Amino acid sequence: MARYILGRLLSAIPTLFLIVTISFFLIRIAPGGPFDLERPLEAKVMENLARIYQLDKPLWQQYLLYLKSLASGDFGPSFYFRDFTINELFAEGLPISIQLGSSALVLALIVGGAMGVLAALRQNRPADYSIMAAATIGVTIPNFVVAPLLTLLLGVWLGWLPVGGWNNGAARNMILPIVTLALPQIAVVARLTRGSMIEALRSNHVRTARAYGLSGYSVVVVHALRGALLPVVSYLGPAAAALLTGSVVVETIFGIPGIGRYFVQGALNRDYTLVMGTVVVVAVFVIVFNLIVDLVYALLDPRVRYD
Amino acid sequence: MATIDQMPATDNGNAVRGRSLWDDARDRLLANKAAVASMILLAAVAIACFLGPLVLPHPYDAVYRDFVKVPASLEAYPREDQIAPALESLLRRGRVTVDTVEVSGERVTARISSSRDIDPRLVRYLDRSDLFRNGEVADLAADGKSATVTAEVRRLHFFFGTDSNGRDLMTRTLIAGRVSLTIGLLATLVAISIGVIYGSVSGYLGGRVDLLMMRVVDVLYSLPFIFFVILLVVFFGRNFILMFIAVGAVEWLDMARIVRGQTLSLKRQEFVQAAEALGVDNAGVLKRHIIPNTLGPVVIYMTLLVPKVILLESFLSFLGLGVQEPLTSWGVLISEGSRNVQGAAWMLIFPSIFLTSTLFALNFIGDGLRDALDPKDR
Repeated sequence: MARYILGRLLSAIPTLFLIVTISFFLIRIAPGGPFDLERPLEAKVMENLARIYQLDKPLWQQYLLYLKSLASGDFGPSFYFRDFTINELFAEGLPISIQLGSSALVLALIVGGAMGVLAALRQNRPADYSIMAAATIGVTIPNFVVAPLLTLLLGVWLGWLPVGGWNNGAARNMILPIVTLALPQIAVVARLTRGSMIEALRSNHVRTARAYGLSGYSVVVVHALRGALLPVVSYLGPAAAALLTGSVVVETIFGIPGIGRYFVQGALNRDYTLVMGTVVVVAVFVIVFNLIVDLVYALLDPRVRYD
Repeated sequence: MATIDQMPATDNGNAVRGRSLWDDARDRLLANKAAVASMILLAAVAIACFLGPLVLPHPYDAVYRDFVKVPASLEAYPREDQIAPALESLLRRGRVTVDTVEVSGERVTARISSSRDIDPRLVRYLDRSDLFRNGEVADLAADGKSATVTAEVRRLHFFFGTDSNGRDLMTRTLIAGRVSLTIGLLATLVAISIGVIYGSVSGYLGGRVDLLMMRVVDVLYSLPFIFFVILLVVFFGRNFILMFIAVGAVEWLDMARIVRGQTLSLKRQEFVQAAEALGVDNAGVLKRHIIPNTLGPVVIYMTLLVPKVILLESFLSFLGLGVQEPLTSWGVLISEGSRNVQGAAWMLIFPSIFLTSTLFALNFIGDGLRDALDPKDR
């Protein structure tokens, strides 16, 4: 098992290297630079800035320098947020994004899973239809519509929750962002769970469990749900990576200081190190979560073995 | 494919029409109530967006400075109780004293007086505002110190309210729909064309070419997708026409994979081998035999891609990277609405309704088509 994990992590290095290389050169060939202002800086100032940030060296040298600092875990200084290094920005923002994302993930798994199981048990009955209709709504309405509508309803009209802001992680401020993040995931999880649950309930091992006279709860939760969660888990891997690294829409609308906004901001301001840092962090999350998904497979399905 | 049902029947001259795949699919689609309702809804939205702005009285970029952020209403603006105070304040700009104001239906009449000579040009203040027109000075007293001013009240309808610049939101929502739907369709066509050609060539040629072409797709997949879009927008500038090319150029990856998979199974079939044996060249086989036979999945994917593209365009516009003022799209309107959600909720609600109902309709049509064209996959 440990060997399998180690092997997977080692094989991720070339992937990561490729991603870093491509994004490094892509963002560099984009027109414009990090210090372009509406009123251009003086040539001498530009020259000095370029020297400090090592932008005056040839591109391949900058690339090697970046790889070197990356290998030692240093993402470099931010070009846009002066006086901050990328590491500092992430140290501040990443916990916030992870906190919101993981809460949304747990919420999605519990609520979506429960809805899916219920729909499967009541297949083709009103409960099933209403759950699936709700799930369709959840999948279709984009989050930049849901977020302001929720703000309008719960924040402005009913006045129950604050319309935005982080407020040092007060629970009241977290509810709307978490719900907004979770809603589409709830919908997808419910759909997936329902589909695989219907299949699992018809499978031989569940029929056997029923025949042994096990209680309904034990049949559904222990025997059917366990196998039915496989597709949900494989969906949630990449989804978790996306959730934990923050959502630009949710963080913008609710004014949350996470790292979701950094990618777009960085790309627009040509903050090269910020863009690269975000790409690397997201890629690492994707790789790690894909690994976790494969490990959870082995837990859920005894036929899967990694030796 | 369409030729199947045009084949002459040989059975005693009785014309027995064969049923093609597409005939069956159409019947199954029309039996799907959700899909039919969605098609009607979508057609209604499309007609409203493309014809509506021609009928509505307000141009989409006309600014009504006197009606900034007025709520949605079926009644005409200005309100009855607004007319008299507005007339007074406008006339006072002409340095006259307003003695009486009388509102009767479409006309307002005011008695004015002044310590100096009244300049009849003061009616321009009235004409310049959005509330009145055809202002006239009548009964100018002999000493020029008092007069009667009459003007017509303009009746303006803002069924969806106005935005923060005082532009009619209904016209803007419909114009935005035009932009969003056009981008959705055009970008999808771009993506489909690239994807179909790339996928079929890769699958048909096979071997090393296939391997190389699919590795390129894999690498593009692994890059953060929004990264690409933003880079493309940065390269091409914030331009409406290049926008959909950028979006289309990013969305073709799935299509390429689907078509490649189809091609792999098609190219081993007898009719393709027959064509090859007859000496048809690669391009000919692709054009005549491979691509037409992949159309089923392509059509399904296309209807599901249109909402994705509309969503992507709205997302980019939401970030401020998409369509630029004074032109607009649903994403732009929703992002403006979400900034004005406190106090001007209609700015969020109407564009949201249009966007979500369009997305709903397209999704249902896509699901319906999938059921209709691929009955195994129900």
